[in-house]
Amino acid sequence: MYTEKVMDHFQNPRNVGEIEDASGVGTVGNAKCGDIMRIYLDIDENQVIQDVKFKTFGCGAAVATSSMATELVKGKNIQDAMQITNKAVMEALDGLPPVKVHCSLLAEEAIHAALWDYAEKHGIKIEGLEKPKSDIHEEEEAEEY
Amino acid sequence: MDKLIYLDNAATTKTAAEVVEAMLPYFTENYGNPSSVYSFAAANKDVISRQRDIIAEALGAKGNEIYFTAGGTEADNWALKATAEAYGSKGKHIITTKIEHHAILHTCEYLEKDGYEVTYLNVDENGIVKLEELREAIRPDTILISIMYANNEIGSIQPIQEIGEIAHEHGILFHTDAVQAFCQVPIDVNACHIDMLSASAHKLNGPKGIGFLYIRTGVKIRSFVHGGAQERKRRAGTENVTGIVGFGKAVERAVSSLEERTAGEKELRDYFISRIEAEIPYCRLNGDRINRLPNNVNFSFRFVEGESLLIMLDMKGICASSGSACTSGSLDPSHVLLAIGLPHEIAHGSLRITLSEETTKEDLDYVVESLKGIVENLRGMSPLYEDFVKKQDK
Ligand SMILES: Cc1ncc(COP(=O)(O)O)c(C=O)c1O
Repeated sequence: MYTEKVMDHFQNPRNVGEIEDASGVGTVGNAKCGDIMRIYLDIDENQVIQDVKFKTFGCGAAVATSSMATELVKGKNIQDAMQITNKAVMEALDGLPPVKVHCSLLAEEAIHAALWDYAEKHGIKIEGLEKPKSDIHEEEEAEEY
Repeated sequence: MDKLIYLDNAATTKTAAEVVEAMLPYFTENYGNPSSVYSFAAANKDVISRQRDIIAEALGAKGNEIYFTAGGTEADNWALKATAEAYGSKGKHIITTKIEHHAILHTCEYLEKDGYEVTYLNVDENGIVKLEELREAIRPDTILISIMYANNEIGSIQPIQEIGEIAHEHGILFHTDAVQAFCQVPIDVNACHIDMLSASAHKLNGPKGIGFLYIRTGVKIRSFVHGGAQERKRRAGTENVTGIVGFGKAVERAVSSLEERTAGEKELRDYFISRIEAEIPYCRLNGDRINRLPNNVNFSFRFVEGESLLIMLDMKGICASSGSACTSGSLDPSHVLLAIGLPHEIAHGSLRITLSEETTKEDLDYVVESLKGIVENLRGMSPLYEDFVKKQDK
């Protein structure tokens, strides 16, 4: 079902974790559909992404696309990071099954959401960046057990 | 990968060696068409008849009430569509449940488009039908109650005898999809007032593509597949002789081992359940603890997603299944898990493990150890778990 690259990024995901006091954090997707991605960015004063971490709840493709997206934006300045599309993520993974293409879109949205958060916090405007649509926080709370 | 632990026996089972052995001569030696006149081929008619008797005996039925089909799906389709057709002039209302297999649910949807009305009964949090709700759903125009014997995902066994009695009291036909239950629990079609019952060989170490519909004498449904006069004109097509022989052997085997086999499976099942509950936090057993198929285990692990879990298990040589959306090709998780009231995110994190007679305690110990690491690892990368932990720290 998955390419070797997808399996590699799923089994050995790059950049899993959190960044404390991150420059920007973005969370997209929702638990209802079974995919949530959160991306943390550490951006320096030259607007270069120094570090990036992610956490994902979702299928193999969701984990692999998050991992690849973090690899692609790392070290880039924010303008270049904006240019990374879901297509680029998919290509870097040697493709995804058609039913999993939405995972790569989610990865692109997660990067944008984190950049948006960074821009908001620092009062700057990033060319071409729109306010992220998906946000999870209104989700129903699961009961405890 | 050298290790292979197959724990998806509700999906299908290994065809038993004795079953294959019984089938082989019917490919290469006794390959005649049972409808032919010469004795070389006509002998196969008696062979089929013997298998019918073996299967009927397992249900307390008569041989001429067993009609072979190409599997459980066909038997389900036949029972519903042919009953609708034959009894449609009496009424157009059918009662079923929200947790049926798609072979029933999608057939009901098809009938709804054709002017039939279907009531889908709720189940309780353990996946059991509420008899009161069934009674209330019955109408003067109800022609059929179709309720599965046992559920394929969460293993819950329905109160079939009580349901049969209610149907009987009201003079309504009762069909049950026993694909998962047949040869896993003892079934008596008379005590339970079952009028029609579907089963399939590949769930009980028989071959794929062969099943049957039991039709009680007097139930007037007609043929669904038209053609030759096979199956007493009720199911056309040259008989799948090898499949039928394999099915008969599989039933013979499964019936003779029923008590011992299921006692062993239950013990292992409960051992496995108790280990998981003791060693993996934030999990939930889905389905009824007592009224449960002997080989079924179904857990939800919070904060993790089912497909990821399955791939990780696969890498350790463990075959299992999940009700997560990602494994069904839609965005929604399993309709069964939603019907027992699980929130979406928890339904996405479900895992079904179904044992066989070959499953050992060592296998299950290996699965528990593997699962502990996998769940911890996946939680480590789950934003839902991160939020949960932060909330707890506050
Ligand atoms: C409850 C139930 N009904 C029907 C079926 C379909 O049976 P078959 O695969 O023989 O068509 C299955 C198995 O997939 C099942 O579990």
